Amino acid sequence: MKLSVNTLLNETAKNPTGAVVVDGTLDTRHGPILYMEDVSVSFDGFKALNNLSLYIDDGELRCLIGPNGAGKTTLMDVITGKTRPDTGTVFFGQTIDLLSLDEPAIAQAGICRKFQKPSVFDALSVFENLELALKANKSTWKTLFFRLTGEQRDRIDEVLSTIGLLDSFSQRAGILSHGQKQWLEIGMLLMQEPKVMLVDEPIAGMTHQEIERTAELLLSLQGKHSIVVVEHDMAFVRSIARKVTVLHEGSVLTEGTMDEVQADPRVIQVYLGG
Amino acid sequence: MKLLASSLTDKTYASVLLTLLAVTFIIPLCNWLTPTDSPLHFSAYTVSLIGKYLSFALLGLSLDLVWGYCGILALGHGAFFALGGYAIGMYLMRQIGSRGVYGDPLLPDFMVFLNWQELPWYWFGFNHFGFALLMVVLVPGSLAFVFGWLAFRSRVTGVYLSIITQALTYALLLAFFRNEMGFGGNNGLTDFKEILGFSIQSEAVRSTLFLLSGLALIIALITCRWLVNTKLGRVITAIRDQEARVRFLGYRVELFKLWIFVFAAMLAGIAGALYVPQVGIINPSEFSPLNSLEIVIWVAMGGRGTLYGAIIGALVVNYCKTVLTGLLPDAWLYILGGLFIVVTVLLPDGIVGLIQRKLKEQRA
Repeated sequence: MKLSVNTLLNETAKNPTGAVVVDGTLDTRHGPILYMEDVSVSFDGFKALNNLSLYIDDGELRCLIGPNGAGKTTLMDVITGKTRPDTGTVFFGQTIDLLSLDEPAIAQAGICRKFQKPSVFDALSVFENLELALKANKSTWKTLFFRLTGEQRDRIDEVLSTIGLLDSFSQRAGILSHGQKQWLEIGMLLMQEPKVMLVDEPIAGMTHQEIERTAELLLSLQGKHSIVVVEHDMAFVRSIARKVTVLHEGSVLTEGTMDEVQADPRVIQVYLGG
Repeated sequence: MKLLASSLTDKTYASVLLTLLAVTFIIPLCNWLTPTDSPLHFSAYTVSLIGKYLSFALLGLSLDLVWGYCGILALGHGAFFALGGYAIGMYLMRQIGSRGVYGDPLLPDFMVFLNWQELPWYWFGFNHFGFALLMVVLVPGSLAFVFGWLAFRSRVTGVYLSIITQALTYALLLAFFRNEMGFGGNNGLTDFKEILGFSIQSEAVRSTLFLLSGLALIIALITCRWLVNTKLGRVITAIRDQEARVRFLGYRVELFKLWIFVFAAMLAGIAGALYVPQVGIINPSEFSPLNSLEIVIWVAMGGRGTLYGAIIGALVVNYCKTVLTGLLPDAWLYILGGLFIVVTVLLPDGIVGLIQRKLKEQRA
C-alpha cells in the first residue's frame, strides 16, 4: 500500500505552519526548536530526570531509547506541561518558556503528543476525533458555534488518507484495531499542524506491515515537523533514526547514529546490565 | 434543518418529543374546553402532579448533561433546583402583600414573627416578576460558576468532586434552616396567593403552569439535543472519556466543564421555578442531599447520556414514588435503594437501553 502523504506535504508547504504566539513568537533562527537544560524531576526522592539536557533541531527526527525507568515518559511530561521540573529550563525556540505555560497553551503553541497507550475518543467517530483535534480557536463559545469550512473538511480527508482510515471515517473509534487507534492518534497530532510531535511508543501492538507503514509515515513527516520518538523496538528505531539519544537513570548517556550508539560500551553495559 | 433531519432519524427521540408535545397541549386543552364534571376533565390535583413530574424531568435532563455527557457525577444538583425555587418563592411571598396573617404590607409573615422591622436587602427587587425570573437563572448559575471554577481549576474530579457537591447542598440545607437567613427557616416560603395578579389556586393558572412546564421541557430537550451535537458537545463527551487527551489537544478542559455545569445549573433553576408555584411551597428540605441522589437515580434508571432517558427515568421513578408512598409510606427509601442496585447491576443503560436492546432482538 502506498501512503498518500505527498498531497499532505504539498499542502503544508503551501500553507507553512505559522508558530502560535503565546509568550513570544517561535524563533528557531539561532538554534534548536526545543531545548532542555539541567532539568531535574524527583518523585518522593526518586530522581526521574537528573540534570538532563537535550536539544532537538528544527525538522529533525530524533529517537529516544533507554531501559525502563530511564525517564523517557517523564521527559515528555515535562515538555508538554504535565509535570513541572524541580530545576532547569525548557524552551520552545528562543523565546517561548514552556515552564510558564500549561498543557493547553503548550499544545496550542505547537507541541503535540501521542500517548503510550492509544488515547482516542471511543464514543466519537474517526472523523469527529480528527475534527476535535483540528487546529482552530478552542475557546468554549467558538467551539459551540464552530462550523467546518470546506478547506478544513479537505484537510481532514487528507489526514484520513494519510493514516489509511479513509474508509472507516464514520466508524466509532472504539471499534478500531489497536494499530488503527495508534494511527488515528497520530492523525490527531497532524490535524493540530504541530511544530514538534512527541510520539510515545507508536508501534506497540502493531503488525509487521503496520510497523513498516508507520516508519514510512514518520520518515515522510520529518523536515516539516520536528519529531521525537520514544520506542523500545530497536529494529524499528534503526529503520527510522538519523540520530539516537540514549537515556539512562534520568540523564543523557550518549547521542549519535544508531551504529555509534550500539557500539558504545556504556550503552551495551546499561542494556545488558553488565 | 440538519437538526430536524437527525431528530427524525432517531425514532426514540422523535417519539419522546411527540409524546411530550401531546401531553403538554392535550391536558390543558381538555381542562379549558370541557366542563368540570366531564370525564375528560383532569382534576387540579392531577394537573399539578403531572406538572410537577414535568419539572422533575427538566431537572433530570439538566443532570444528564453534566453526568451523562461530561461524566461529572454531581451529587448536589438539587441545590440549583431549590435556589431557582426560592427565587420564584420570594416573588410569590412579596405578592401576598397585606393579605398575610399579620397584615404587614411589606414584610412576609415569618419576618413579622421574628420581629424584623425592615425587609433585608436581598429581598429587594423580588416584587418584580422579571427580576425574580432573572434570579431564577442567575443565582443557580452564579453559584455553579463560583463552585465550578474553584473545583475544576483545581482539577478535583471523580468521587472527590461528588463528595464536595454533596457537601455544598448539605451546607445550603443547614444555612436555609436558620431563621436569621431570612428565607423562612424550616417552614420555608408558602401560603402563596397570586402570580401576576391571578389566583395561584385557580384552574386557569394551574393549567398555564402545566403548559409552561411542558413547553420548558420540550424547548430544553431540543436545545440540549442541539448542544450535544455541536462541537462543544463532542468536546464534553471527549472530556468524559479521555480528559487528559482533550487537554493535550489544546482545549481548556476546566472552562468546558464550567460552561456545561453553569448551563445545567440554570436549567435546574428553571425547573425549580416551575415546580414551586405548582406545589405551593419551597422549604430547606429541597436542599437535602437525598433529593440530589434521587435525581441521579432518575437519570441512571432512564439511561444516561441520551437526554430522553433522563426524562423517562424522572417520570417513571416519580410516578412509582407517588403510588408507593401512598401504599407503603415507610418503604420508599428502601425501594429507591433497591432500584439503584438493580439498575447498576442489571440495567447499565437504563430503561432506554433495555427497550432498544429488546427492539434489536426482535428485528434480528
